[in-house]
Amino acid sequence: MKALVSVKNLTRIFDVSKPWLNRVIERKPKAMLTAVSDVSFDIPEREVYALVGESGSGKSTIGKMIVGLLTPSSGSVEVNGIDLSRETDAEKIDLVRSDIQMIFQDPFASLNPRWKVRDIIAEPVAARGGNTEGLSERLLEQVGLSAEDAGKFPHEFSGGQRQRICIARALASEPKLIVCDEPTSALDVSVQAQVLNLMSDLKDEFGLTYLFISHDLTVVQHMADKIGVLYLGRLVEEADPETLFTRPAHPYSQMLLAAAPKMDGFGREVAPPQGEIPDPINPPPGCAFNPRCPLAIPLCKQERPELRDVNGARVACHRAEEALARMRDSVTA
Amino acid sequence: MSEPVLSVRDLVVEIPTRTGVLKPVDRVSYDITEGEILGVVGESGAGKSMTGNAVIGLLDRPARISGGEILLKGRRIDNLNRDQMRRIRGKEIGMVFQDPLTSLNPLLRIGDQLTETMLAHLDISADEARDRSIAALDEVGIPAAASRIDSYPHEFSGGMRQRVVIALALCAEPALVIADEPTTALDVSVQAQIIALLKRLCRDRGTAVMLVTHDMGVIAEAADRVAVMYAGRLAELGAVREVVQRPRHPYTEGLMGSTPLASRGQRRLRQIPGSMPRLGKLPAGCAFHPRCPKAQEACRVDPGPDLSADQGRAACWFPVEQVEVAE
Repeated sequence: MKALVSVKNLTRIFDVSKPWLNRVIERKPKAMLTAVSDVSFDIPEREVYALVGESGSGKSTIGKMIVGLLTPSSGSVEVNGIDLSRETDAEKIDLVRSDIQMIFQDPFASLNPRWKVRDIIAEPVAARGGNTEGLSERLLEQVGLSAEDAGKFPHEFSGGQRQRICIARALASEPKLIVCDEPTSALDVSVQAQVLNLMSDLKDEFGLTYLFISHDLTVVQHMADKIGVLYLGRLVEEADPETLFTRPAHPYSQMLLAAAPKMDGFGREVAPPQGEIPDPINPPPGCAFNPRCPLAIPLCKQERPELRDVNGARVACHRAEEALARMRDSVTA
Repeated sequence: MSEPVLSVRDLVVEIPTRTGVLKPVDRVSYDITEGEILGVVGESGAGKSMTGNAVIGLLDRPARISGGEILLKGRRIDNLNRDQMRRIRGKEIGMVFQDPLTSLNPLLRIGDQLTETMLAHLDISADEARDRSIAALDEVGIPAAASRIDSYPHEFSGGMRQRVVIALALCAEPALVIADEPTTALDVSVQAQIIALLKRLCRDRGTAVMLVTHDMGVIAEAADRVAVMYAGRLAELGAVREVVQRPRHPYTEGLMGSTPLASRGQRRLRQIPGSMPRLGKLPAGCAFHPRCPKAQEACRVDPGPDLSADQGRAACWFPVEQVEVAE
């Protein structure tokens, strides 16, 4: 299978220092926040690749770098073999850009309240001088709204309907890749089910590829063909949903899965995870998870683990085998 | 069974508007007993937060309680004046809000906020209040409580702030805590910590808890009983295991089915068609009937059923008969 998106050693560093005068007076050095650190993965065509992680894990930053809203500090993003931040041929850039669309989390903030729905949906095509005759009406029907809605304004719709409009807009330029940044986090469960079903249908119909960014493990498990787990800007595990949810190999994935609420977890008494995500400006040396990891050994504080193949998954952990064994023991016990 | 800590009887909240009177809470009744966690679930606009705010007397004008009664340990509290209510709020009913940053005063050290609450409600000296504050912070799991007590809210992370808010809600040892979406703004791992904390504290002290949330997973893990709300009315009320696994109301069934957790391994999620009606445009009869797969003539005509339609379990004329599945 050909990879549509290829992310290599992607790193993004933000300068979060105070203004220079404050730094001089307070004798503080520059503060650099590494939001994404050396992340590599491929997204094959017509697949759903999900990035999960807690707040501050860098999942949205990766999404923004893939669509080109942010430039990488180092490393590269190739979509269809073209690196947007280095390509100089304007024609090629234009071609790739129309192949990428994005759906944002908040459907109340991502639609211009002064534009009619017709203009909002047709914008990606109109901006390139394409033919928009009847386009919005057709797309509205495809996402489960009616053609008459094209003449309305965004405030006349509910949250779920607005997200459908956002999806229609993303489809307008006939993209290959849609980056969905928490597309259902602002929606109620029953509406979330409608939107997720719609997204799966459209994927089959148009042969779309999704990069699905979410913090909700259950949604990710339902949607994804492959899942990347992020911790503090680093990819710690990459596996298909079946493997990740039955045999998570990284201690962080294990902790995350154990902490997620379960529908059959009546009165469940689990030891809640210890500690919190460390400060990304001064991440711990070695493996970023080592201060919270029950299996940490001195090596974990010295050397950052590389992603390696463990039991059908890619895991960045020195102790992945031990973690897996511990997992198996706790299941049988 | 002992007397319930909180007893809500046929509560009606009204908002008069130019186009008519809206009823965000309509004839809602439930009890919470000592040490019990009652989960209140529903989608946005179902009236779950409004119910909580009515109990604690924090309805924003022009919303008002127009019917029914609220009893706290057998005493009516819905008709108290502002001063009397203020003495109850914080002392007998604690409140935990969704956003821990906006529920703490950013200009006061957290120790001052804790001691202020204790001094207002308990008959103790300032030194004693400070000692108790440290103990309270220690109890909610804040490391080095004695030194962090003089920190400002911004110096804490989201999860730690929510712990402070819980300490604040519990510091006057209230009989009832209303937790309105306490973990919605938090990450999964921190959410697990906060839920475990809330459960432990309430069990140890016998505090009754009203846990308002939209997350079925949280309800399943934390609550003893569940109240499901739809369009201002109670759709179903029952023991958590019963409601989650053997729902009686078609709405509850749809809601449980549409969570990705429930449809594990299926290609498509089950969905409820349509969306919740706006309060001004509630259909006659059962508010759920336009979306209900089992709706019949009676559902369209008869006034909205209450829980008595199904022996106190579901507000439905034709409740779902669950086939017993052999384990």
